[in-house]
Amino acid sequence: MTTLRVPVTSHDHIRGSQDAPVTLVEYGDYECPYCGAAQPVIDQIQERFSREVRLVFRHFPLAEVHPHAGPAAETAEFAGANGLFWSMHDALFANQRRLSLPLMIALASSLNLSTVALRDALANGLYAGKVRADFIGGVRSGVNGTPTFFINGARYDDPNGVFGLGEAIDRLLPATTR
Amino acid sequence: MTQLLTKGAQAPDFTLHVTPDQTLSLNEFAGRRVVLAFYPADWSPVCGDQMSLYNHILPEFRRHGAELLGISVDGVWCHQAFARDRKLHFALLSDFEPKGAVARSYGAYREAEGVSERALFVIDEKGVVAWSYRSPIAVNPGADGILDALEELPATENKDDNAQGSRDVA
Repeated sequence: MTTLRVPVTSHDHIRGSQDAPVTLVEYGDYECPYCGAAQPVIDQIQERFSREVRLVFRHFPLAEVHPHAGPAAETAEFAGANGLFWSMHDALFANQRRLSLPLMIALASSLNLSTVALRDALANGLYAGKVRADFIGGVRSGVNGTPTFFINGARYDDPNGVFGLGEAIDRLLPATTR
Repeated sequence: MTQLLTKGAQAPDFTLHVTPDQTLSLNEFAGRRVVLAFYPADWSPVCGDQMSLYNHILPEFRRHGAELLGISVDGVWCHQAFARDRKLHFALLSDFEPKGAVARSYGAYREAEGVSERALFVIDEKGVVAWSYRSPIAVNPGADGILDALEELPATENKDDNAQGSRDVA
């Protein structure tokens, strides 16, 4: 079984209850249409398992085929440094089909983030190292495309893809918490 | 199913086209490490396909002193279009005539389908197979196994020189 090599720490972006019994790690790419399609399903899972599941998002941009994926990931990190990772994360996926630098600047502006600071961060690759580290950690854990999920450290490989996630999580939970 | 060449086997030499007018031989890589990735066909309909994924991991392979070569039975023109579309920065070898001969010599050919297996080989500086792996045909094997195998090899000196000495044939 392929397992997550890089443990979840406080350096990760975590959404949901800190003491949730299930940790769902997603390796994703803001320009990947399959990740975009998975987004509503993930939202439903977080709603349904609000106390049982925490979500961790790590970057896996396939920059050669998705030219905006790298800057988008860095934009999310920039927002994260200002406490707004998930707001930017949601906004990037919501606008996936029209990702561009001006759009990212506009999203930053709508979140009251400094657009000048974002431009500087992107130009200087301030968060490029963090994004690359996520990517390499994913490679070492056997991420072979996006989105790839790990449930409590075990890679989730299901022919139903993201639509089988809820059931897989259900199976992990003791009957009492259902 | 034929037997995949395993650790310790001498990697069979080959000379195959990488572009319509260029060929590449395994023995040109003597003294360097090679990751030989057999795959069934160009144009998998997903964005994280195996070759695209490896394209993004090239710096890691090179950091371990290894060159990546992709290999399938597709023709050179097909490879050229595929590599251009996916912006691949490594060579794709065309095991096209006689079809699948190199895949056969590595025990990595699927007679029924007429395509190569999804099979990975790490070949060391002496041309010996250091690691091999056959993935189910529908499963992208990722790169964790390759990187683990490269890390298990004794450290090379002048890794940077190796990287600089690589030919840009893609």
